Amino acid sequence: MVKRTLRVMVAKPGLDGHDRGARVLARSFRDAGYEVIYTGCHQTPEQIVEGALQEDVDLIGLSCLSGAHKTLFPKVVQLLKDKGAEDIAVIGGGIIPKQDFQTLYDAGVQEVFTPGTPLESIISWIESHVQPREGL
Amino acid sequence: MYFAKELLDKCSSLRKKWEDEVRKLVSRFGERKDRFSTVSDWEIKRLYTPEDNADMDFERDINFPSQFPFTRNIHSTGYRGRLWTYRMFSGMGTAKDTNERWHMLLKNGQTGLSTAFDFPTLMGYDTDSPKSAGECGRCGVAIDTLEDFKVLVKGIPLDQVTTSMTINPPATVMWAMYCACAQDQGVGLEKIGGTIQNDMLKEFIAQKTFMLPPEPSIKLISDTVEFGAKYVPKWNPISISGYHIREAGSTAVQELAFTLRDGMAYVEDVMERKGMHPDEFAPRLSFFFNAHIDFFEEICKMRAARRIWAKVMRDRYKAENPRSQWLRFHTQTAGCSLTAQQPYNNVVRTAVEALSAVLGGTQSLHTNSLDEVYCLPTDHSVQIALRTQQIIAEETGVANTIDPLGGSYFVEKLTNEMEEAAWEYIEKIDDMGGMLAAIDQGYPQMEIADAAYKFQRQVESGDKVMVGVNKYVTEEAEECPILDIDEEVERNQLKGLERAKQNRDSKAVKRCLDELRSACKKGENVMPSCIEAVKQLATEQEICDVYREVYGVYQDPGLF
Repeated sequence: MVKRTLRVMVAKPGLDGHDRGARVLARSFRDAGYEVIYTGCHQTPEQIVEGALQEDVDLIGLSCLSGAHKTLFPKVVQLLKDKGAEDIAVIGGGIIPKQDFQTLYDAGVQEVFTPGTPLESIISWIESHVQPREGL
Repeated sequence: MYFAKELLDKCSSLRKKWEDEVRKLVSRFGERKDRFSTVSDWEIKRLYTPEDNADMDFERDINFPSQFPFTRNIHSTGYRGRLWTYRMFSGMGTAKDTNERWHMLLKNGQTGLSTAFDFPTLMGYDTDSPKSAGECGRCGVAIDTLEDFKVLVKGIPLDQVTTSMTINPPATVMWAMYCACAQDQGVGLEKIGGTIQNDMLKEFIAQKTFMLPPEPSIKLISDTVEFGAKYVPKWNPISISGYHIREAGSTAVQELAFTLRDGMAYVEDVMERKGMHPDEFAPRLSFFFNAHIDFFEEICKMRAARRIWAKVMRDRYKAENPRSQWLRFHTQTAGCSLTAQQPYNNVVRTAVEALSAVLGGTQSLHTNSLDEVYCLPTDHSVQIALRTQQIIAEETGVANTIDPLGGSYFVEKLTNEMEEAAWEYIEKIDDMGGMLAAIDQGYPQMEIADAAYKFQRQVESGDKVMVGVNKYVTEEAEECPILDIDEEVERNQLKGLERAKQNRDSKAVKRCLDELRSACKKGENVMPSCIEAVKQLATEQEICDVYREVYGVYQDPGLF
């Protein structure tokens, strides 16, 4: 059986408009052969989760450069759990100080990528950690 | 003719001889790369000579400082008369925290203030909005009502210090608060000086801090330009910004072209909507550029910007006052050139970038701190950044003469090439029906996205070097101290907001907001009713909600 193409959502929670990284990543995911949904800026966690469920994504990549990641990332993971969609993987990126990583891991964010990370290493992380969700 | 024909002929024959020699060497040893280019990937030749300047006309293209087209500087004495303003962008936590930072900076020799607001304030939300959760005070100072603003400017004489405010969709509200604080200090509006960024077109193009759709956004901007021209004559009601366009990943030429084309859209709107002649308002238009890491490209960009704007104002809009033709600008060093890896290297990057801004003739300058790639800067890192400017200004001697690189074959040629490439973009956008139409089609957004993606690929392939990121990488992580914004900040801010709401005259607030709504609907200037509303402690969001209700809300189309 041919494996289904991965469906990836790149999402911008919170109020910041720093979308350069998110958009570059969205393009590189597309070039890597994934189906990509990009939310645009200023999404609430509720909007992101609703969109992710509607689009049947396998992975949500959250990008935040305003410093609100400790509030917003865990909220997205929690809302996914509430909807019974905890099998959607969540990763995060942006301006995130190292001392916040553990808080995010504990909240269920699987990996955190910060500035200077090569696109290739994000993609290879996805290849080895994310499978198309079952029953879709 | 810039050079005499004999010189050019001589140069040509000498060059051919020299090139023969070079060709032999290169065929044996090669060069470091096949192709040399700027950070924007603009190709740079091995050598520039008088032949590269052969088409130039001294009076038309270069001339003297303070003489059209102002390539060399707008002022006749350059920095000999007055240095640029040391203006560090700062704001964090509560108004009280930021006020303390401002006093520290002024004590350290800073000569102007510049305000960073937090994201709820930037987007027109109060701290108690659900959308603001987790954001309070993190990226700048939180302002909900005039009470906060009074604390922000406490002990700052508003008739003596000029203040810049990086605020866009709610610019009318923050400016209204500043005006109200000045009046509270007994300072007339005719005496206050400063800048509101208030440039919405670049928000749609690049920075993505938007609230209303483009058309009403421009209407509010024209209101501020008109109000300023009448009542606040020393204020810059707009700072037409390339900074964010560049940070979003544009090339230097795109930054130059899109910024100036945005400026033209504002000029046209004020002329049409308000029926004003450019000479009535253009002298107060100001600009804001990025100083990126490619030294000469930045200097040439700034020289070209002055020349293009002068021509645009004189020839397109028939401005006669030289001040209407002047391009005055603030510069900030490039945040996107800083690296999280080996952060102390950022001090060096910032110094080089600051030097390019100075050689480009900036009127004021912000130098980034080494830790800004992680968070808001600490007191210590801000001080190093400020000292960087002071060392350039007062030790190095670069401010002794005006436009010291003018006449360099390379600098003049690159200035010309960048001007030419910018005109191509400007004319293309003209053909599309202007900047609003171009934005609607996603044109500048996608040009920038293409450039950003190309650059990222070049970094990944090692074609463009970022020291510490893709070359000279160290195993050991180098750490620097980080400024943490306590969660207490949000709780305190919420308490203050609640107190202000309890203590105000709610009927007066409602009346003011009704008046504002009516001004919006009738197409009148919103500034007078906005000032009255903030004085009655209407919150920022209450005022912005009136705008949203009347004008509608813009959603990010999510292009990539």
